[in-house]
Amino acid sequence: MLGDDVEFELEWASVYTFQCRKMDDFIFHRVIFIGDAAHQVSPFGARGANGGIQSAENLTWKIIRILRGSAPPALLTTYNTERQPAASDNILNSTRSTDFITPKNHISRVFRDETLRLAKTLPFARPLINSGRLSVPYHYRDSPLNTPDSQDFNGGPPPGSPAKDAPLIIAGQSGWLLERLGNRFVCMLSANTSQTNIKTLTDIADLDILLIGDNVIDNEGILNKRYDLRPGTVYLFRPDQIVAARWRHFDKDNVIRAMRRALGFELENAQLEKAQ
Amino acid sequence: MKLNTEPNFSDGDTFYASLTDIHRDLTPEQSERVNARLVLLLANHIGDLAVLNEAMNIASDIGANK
Repeated sequence: MLGDDVEFELEWASVYTFQCRKMDDFIFHRVIFIGDAAHQVSPFGARGANGGIQSAENLTWKIIRILRGSAPPALLTTYNTERQPAASDNILNSTRSTDFITPKNHISRVFRDETLRLAKTLPFARPLINSGRLSVPYHYRDSPLNTPDSQDFNGGPPPGSPAKDAPLIIAGQSGWLLERLGNRFVCMLSANTSQTNIKTLTDIADLDILLIGDNVIDNEGILNKRYDLRPGTVYLFRPDQIVAARWRHFDKDNVIRAMRRALGFELENAQLEKAQ
Repeated sequence: MKLNTEPNFSDGDTFYASLTDIHRDLTPEQSERVNARLVLLLANHIGDLAVLNEAMNIASDIGANK
């Protein structure tokens, strides 16, 4: 790290122990487990605190709405449903980093050491060096709260995945998409959508409309590219900035249905479908 | 199966001789290192995880008395 010529003294060393493990269910009766109490990882890839924060983001909007009475209590179970695979993913990645940093047997140490040696001169070996794969927000692929795509999308964040940020001009000032999302549902659509259509959504509680092309401008076209925003495209975001649904055309019934699904109102039906 | 297990060497005998030759003057520990490097180099050249998994499965099938 310092090079062969640099002299140094080792001032202090200690042993730091950690574990990679998680609970089978993060909810036990009326007790909800979160963060390290629910899922522990080794400290490679910044997954401990980030995993805990993501779990908190997943949980809070659901609890709020259950307490308000705008979501069924069953919504709470999806905190466990959605965060279990996320915790598994964090554990998988941090375990792999741990095994690279501290190989568990002789031959894996041989592979590890030769990977490091080859990396000095050969590019292919460099990405194999695993000192930690940085945490990224998890994509809830199989969540029952998602409304699956029924139309063709070529790119853009699919349902269950986190919103991608994009630079925008908002009321003449530089801003970002993620600043406009969060804490309530947001329906993103083109300002070209007819006023009558837009009006059908304005009275829905917990839902804001984000019109692109009026007060909010995709100046650099980056939003368009990142979201595959062909004309008429609609995205619905959850309060935790996760994509709930998306369509190629505006239909208020689709939006309302997707919002109800994201609030957990169809969980009983989903369980019945699974049982059949 | 995507892994090719039909004869595919451009010159099998020469390859085989070279493979033993590169180990000729090595200690077992050095041989182990050379083999590990060769595995990593060739695995990257193949690249496709499905093919590599098939190869690893066959390689791991070393009989009941492991």
